[in-house]
Order: sequence, then structure tokens, then C-alpha cells
Amino acid sequence: MAGLAAKFGSGAMTNSVAEIADNDAIFVIGSNTTENHPIIALRMKEAVAKGAKLIVADPRKIPLVKFATLWLRHRPGTDSVLLNSMMNVILAEGLEDKDFINERTEGYEAFVESLAPFTPEYGEEMTGVPAGDIIKAARIYAEAGSAGIYYAMGITQHVMGTNNVMAVGNLAMLTGNLGKPACGVNPLRGQNNVQGACDMGGLPNVYPGYQKVDVPAIQEKFEKAWGTSLSAKIGLPATMMTEAMLDGSLKGMYIFGENPALSDPNTTHSVKAFSSLEFLVVQDIFMTETAQLADVVLPGASFAEKNGTFTCSERRVQRVRKAINPPGQAKSDLVIIDQLYKRIVGDGDLTHTVDPSSVFDEVAGLWPGIAGINYSRLQETSLQWPCPTADHPGTEYLFKDGFNREGGKALFSPIPFVSSKELPDKEFPYVLTTGRQLFHYHTGTMTRRSTGLNRVSPEAFVEINPADADVLGVADGEKLTVSSRRGTINLKARVSKIVPQNVVFIPFHYREAAANLLTSDAMDPICKIMEAKVCAVKIEKP
Amino acid sequence: MLNLNIDGKDVSVAKGTTVLEAAQKLGIDVPTLCHDARLKPFGACRLCIVEIAGMPKPVTSCTTPATEGMVVKTNSERLYRLRKTTVELLLSDHPNDCMVCSSSGDCTLQELAYLYGIRENRFVGEVRDHSRIDHNPFIIRDQNKCVMCGLCVRVCDEVQGVGAIGYSERGFEAKVITPFGHDLDCEFCGQCVSVCPTGALTGSLWSGKPRSEGVVKTDTTCTYCGCGCNITLRTHGDKVIRVESASDNHNRGWLCVKGRFGYEFINSNERLTTPLIRKEKGAPFEKATWEEALDYVAGKFTSLQQQHGSDSVAGLCSARCTNEENYLFQKLFRAGLGTNNVDHCARY
Repeated sequence: MAGLAAKFGSGAMTNSVAEIADNDAIFVIGSNTTENHPIIALRMKEAVAKGAKLIVADPRKIPLVKFATLWLRHRPGTDSVLLNSMMNVILAEGLEDKDFINERTEGYEAFVESLAPFTPEYGEEMTGVPAGDIIKAARIYAEAGSAGIYYAMGITQHVMGTNNVMAVGNLAMLTGNLGKPACGVNPLRGQNNVQGACDMGGLPNVYPGYQKVDVPAIQEKFEKAWGTSLSAKIGLPATMMTEAMLDGSLKGMYIFGENPALSDPNTTHSVKAFSSLEFLVVQDIFMTETAQLADVVLPGASFAEKNGTFTCSERRVQRVRKAINPPGQAKSDLVIIDQLYKRIVGDGDLTHTVDPSSVFDEVAGLWPGIAGINYSRLQETSLQWPCPTADHPGTEYLFKDGFNREGGKALFSPIPFVSSKELPDKEFPYVLTTGRQLFHYHTGTMTRRSTGLNRVSPEAFVEINPADADVLGVADGEKLTVSSRRGTINLKARVSKIVPQNVVFIPFHYREAAANLLTSDAMDPICKIMEAKVCAVKIEKP
Repeated sequence: MLNLNIDGKDVSVAKGTTVLEAAQKLGIDVPTLCHDARLKPFGACRLCIVEIAGMPKPVTSCTTPATEGMVVKTNSERLYRLRKTTVELLLSDHPNDCMVCSSSGDCTLQELAYLYGIRENRFVGEVRDHSRIDHNPFIIRDQNKCVMCGLCVRVCDEVQGVGAIGYSERGFEAKVITPFGHDLDCEFCGQCVSVCPTGALTGSLWSGKPRSEGVVKTDTTCTYCGCGCNITLRTHGDKVIRVESASDNHNRGWLCVKGRFGYEFINSNERLTTPLIRKEKGAPFEKATWEEALDYVAGKFTSLQQQHGSDSVAGLCSARCTNEENYLFQKLFRAGLGTNNVDHCARY
């Protein structure tokens, strides 16, 4: 998100899902869309059926490859080199959109210079993708009338994740694929309300609506609205909280609807951190791995048991409606948080039940981007922000008239090659990459309680190429021990050409063979995301 | 634009519009069984037949493109008779077990039989007997109830791009099967279940659950990934018994296996049902009342803040929970505890 925000002034999906069907070219990089965003993938398949060209860049032969015009199997961690060498080709062949570059961007000269070393031949050497395919991909993308890029955690969960995102942005800017329908730069959000949690200020550096906490005028606005003095100091990002817990500076935490003890990279480290807290409160619907470490556990409500709104990947604000009552004493999370808020500030009527509609109105009063949205409009239809006024229809695609930066122009940024933190060596010769499967979701708290889903995908596995399996002398279904510098897990081999040689894949849903015991907590220096997609492992027969 | 007249009413439609679509534009209800506006026209069920001036025989309106000056009749005694016969023929080879069919009330065939008042059948004879049971975990396939409309085969191919099922045999023996007749092994999106006009395909999760009495429908948004699919929860008391999605929403009624079939966690008996407090490190959890738990948490955070400063506390909000909850959560940390130490897992 930090990457796109720096370039465009906003980090959300620029275009809408329905527009995908009208793309002339689709470039999917670092997104196993069919398994992680199945319904968005349907639009991609529809576009292909209508004649669109699909480029898939992924080290794994993901299901979408079946529909692709061109598949680029680059080495894990070389995304930005692949993108840079495609842009090198675009410039060499004069396929750039000169008008767009002149009128709507800045920083172009330095950027062009930075691309010089990234010839397709250099690209081939670094990424393993044949130079001819890099050239082909560049032409398909640049020559299309409208081309959209779709990416997800596959390019962001790296030490150079921000760089990768900025390289994606550069590619769209270079070809003028921004600010019009059916194109853009589209991060696909992995969870139902990632977009909303960011929008609502669930980030250490911004208030709701991405208003910076360290800008005095904004601080003043929120101080006035909330009737109290506020801190101008940017808070700790989640990944830095781990260190703060271990060094004792962070003493109390409140974790709500998350299971970081299983989802964090290098979980041994983070479990140690959570255990060292003086006070940990976890609010969830199940006794998760994280809740087991808590001092107080508060039973919340599932989505079926509460009223509110979610904002999906395409900035669409939609109603969540209560269908049933929560079990036992469990309560709506809004009520729990409100009760704690009132107790902590020592103000407010404890007998009054908070109304989600008026909370939404409170945010709408503080963030102009959703000022035109309220529950009575949402009763009729969902709305995509920005939606500044009560008669505004919502916004299908961003940046039609200008970018949200000072001066209204998008910024080109030179992206040097940065290597993954932990590369394979003699002791740990394989690259481990992690992700999700179609049949499970995240830490499996919900899906592993579904009998059907668990029957189709009952246990953890490690995908390994037949050639590597031969060397190790393992057959499909045999048990393997996979270890990294941080941990060891045992799980079954799934011998498959989905992964290339020397790369293995493990889904992170299974607590009994948690992939994140192995993954690295090396961090991107800008957005502090952890490198869950590349680490070095060794594989042995137990 | 093309101008045509349907049942005495004029209508203008774009080139490429079918006669069925033109009639629907006028609000005329033409019966269909195999048609779905989200799929390509197919023309299998013959119920949408209409009479077109100058054409000797009735034609299927779903596959006939509108042309300039066309004069169409969607209803006549002859059409009524032909449609009724078509439904009778379908029913002659259909198990008469609406009483125990989980699709009763959601069945196009049942509705047609009702509309045409078909009580007895002139075409009583041999009925199909497909006894094979499919052992997949999500979808009950009852081939005896299949009317060969092809909707399931087409949605799997045209929309999902999977092609897990196809047709085999001809005539009376015709059926929809998986490759080599094995158990269904696919993405289990259940798109096929959602388009099936009879009880041939049903979700095993809702088989045997209440059909209409006491069932409440609530429109909401799916809780899984960032696609934001609109779903409708069917509930009975405090139990979620089925998930479906209307075809006119932004996900066009399509869902994935998790969205459609992954709802059992809601009524799991492992849900947390009471606040729990661990009085000291290493001690077991003890049940607490809300008053105790909330006072305890508020007191602890306030004292940590007073003793060690505002930045000694932090919160992780949730990409799983609502906007309102996340807003109030960050407000609690910023306005209540005076720190910007609030983040969530979007970063991971």
C-alpha cells in the first residue's frame, strides 16, 4: 500500500472488478486469483473468452495458467527485475504512451536512466524467464488498448515488496493504463475487510481516510472531533510490535479478530513475544492459537450475528446484516469495544447500546471520501468510494482527472534490484514459498471447522517437483521433514509439476504443520511487511 | 435499433437481442426452464416457444434473434397446449416426491406443474433409474430428477471454466456425468447447484433442513476474501442453514466453495460463549461476567498507560471485522489511550 500511495496518492484498487471483463490485456503477477479471489478470477476467464490476452507471472503453475496467453515462470523474489526488463523493452520499441507521460507524470528522466541495465537478456539471467518471453509480454501489455494489472501478496510479502509494487505502478504509468476504465493497478485484498480496516485508520500513521497523524492541522481536526488531545507520534507497525514486546517497551495488547500466533512469519518468535506481555486481551469467536496466550478472552460475534459494513477490494462499501443471535454470552464486537471505550475514557452512558449506523455517520463526518455514504443509501445499493456527496453515484475507477498527490501527477520511481534476504545455500538448498489453497482460508479457524472443506483438504502438504522428489527418493504422499533456520515441520509430500525445481510450496492453513514456523521475519524497510514468500529450507526423510 | 411488436406492444431493442429478451423488456413473462441470462442461449427445454408471423411453426424465443418488423405472439391456445405437453413429458419421467425433495418450493419444474395444473399424466411409462450415489462432500446429485436443461454443464464450462461434468448417452438414457462416472472432484463452487431448476442438484449441507416454514432470509456480505460477494443467509432460529446469492448483484450470483459451503463455523459448538479471565500467568482460564471482564480490561489498560506511558499499549484491529468496529477500535487507542500503536495484518 505504501508503494502505490507514494506514486498515486492512494493505495487502493484503481479500477473495478466488473471492468476486468472489458480488458484487452490482463497481467496477473503474484496473485493465485482462482484460489484466493475465485469470483474476481471468473471475470478474468470471461475476458479471456471474449478475446483478451492474459499474462500470468508466477513461479508456480497456478490454475490461471490454463487460461493464459503467456506464462512467465520467474524465480521467486525477482518480480521487480521481470517488470523492469519488460519496461526496458517497451522503451526500446517505442511502445510508451508519451502523452500520458508528459501530461500526467513526473520523475520520468531519472526513471528511464534507471532502466538501462535491465535488458531482456539481463532479465533472463536474473529471473529465469527467456528473453523472448519478456519481449512478448512487454508487447502484449503495451500494445493493448486497455491493460489491467492484478497483484496480491505474491509480490508484496518480500523484503522488497514496496519496490515491487512501485515497479508495477511504473509499468502502468509508462503505458498510460491509468485513469480510464478497464485498466489500472489493482491490488486484490486478501480478506473481506482489509480495505475497510485501512480506510478506518487501522494503521499506525493515519487516522480514518488516510489522514496523517503527524500533520498538525489534521491532528487538530481529530482532537476537536473526539474532544481530547492526541499523539502526533506515528505508532508501531504490527511487525515492529514483536520486537517492542520482547524488549519490554510494549506491555499490554488488545488483539481483535486476528490470529497472529499462526499467521505471523516466524511464529516461534512472535509467540515468545506475545507470551512476554504483561497483559494480553484477545477478542475472537474461537479459542485461537493467539487467544490461548491471552490473559482475557472476549467472545465476539461472527459476521452473521452483527450489523455493520465491509469494504471490499474494489472500494465498495456494503452492508453486513444480522441474521441470528450470537451464541451464549457472546456479544457484537462493536458493543464490546464501545463498552471498553466508555470505561477507559470514563465518559458515556454504559446502558446505551451503540448503533453502527451512527458510528458510520461519525466516520463520514471526518473523511470526505465517504461523506456521501450512509445506511439509508446502503439499504438500496452498495457504493464505491470516493463518494463525497449524498447525490454522488460512487467512483468506479480512480484518477480520471488527476492523481491524489500535490500537483496531481503520478511519480515515476527508479527501482533497483534488491535480493531476497535469505537465499538457498548448501545447507538449506530449497526456496520455500507459502500461500493459500482454494478450500481453506488463512489460519483455518473457520474453514477447518467445515466438514466438507476439511474432507477435501484434510492435511498439510509440501508441493515438490518430481525431479527434486527423485533426488530425495520420495514418493507422493510420503512424510517429509522440512526445516529452516527457524523451525521444523513434518508433512506429506505432494509431488507435482506445479512448482519448479528447487522451489517448494506449503499452504499456511494448518496449525499441526504451520508453514510460518519456517518463514522469515525479514522486513521490507518501507512498509514493514514480512518476507513470507521466500526463505531457504532443507528437506529430509524423517 | 430494431422495432418489433410483441403481444400487440411495440418495443425497440438493440441488434443481437433475442425475442425472449425483447419480451422480457416489455415485462412479458415467458416460461423457461433451461434459460439463464448469464449464460449463452441453449434452446433445450422448448418452453419459451412463441409464434412469429410468417413462420409456419412456433420457435424458441431464447435462440431466435429479433429482426426488424417482427410480429410475435407469446401466448395462444396452441402455445399453451404445447407448453403443457412439454411439462407433462418432463414429469412423466420425474419422481413424484416433492413432499420430501429439498428443492420443493425452489423448483421451476414444480412451479410449472402447478401453473399448468398437471395432476395426472397421460404419458405414464418407464422411468429412469440412475441409482449411482456420488460420494463428494458438498453436492447431492440425483440424476432421476434431471431434466437435461444443461444449465449445470454450461455454467461449469462457460463461467467457472472447469468443465467437471458433461453429457453422455442419448435419448432416454441421456445423463450428465463426470469423467468416467467417477465421484465429482472439482472446485465445488456449487454454481451448478445454484442454477439447477429441479432437485437434481442440491447442497448436502441443506438437505433435510427446513425448507420454508420458519426460514428467514437475510441479505449480507460474505466474510471470506476481498471479492465482497453479496450473499443471502437462510436461517432457522439461530442456525444458518443455507447460503445463496441473487443473480442481480455485483458478483452475479456466483460464489466459491468457501462462500457457499463454508458456513458451518458459525454454529460450531467450539464457539467462545463467555468471557474468560486468567488471573495470573500460567493459571487456567476462569469464566467471568461481562461486567467483570470489561472492568478488568479497562482497569489494566488504564493502569499500564499511567505507569508506563501511552505507548506501552498497542492494538491489532481486524481485516475480518466491520468498518464501524475498526473505527471505534482505533479511536479507543488514539483518543482513549493516547497512542497511535494500532495496526492490523494487512501488512503480513
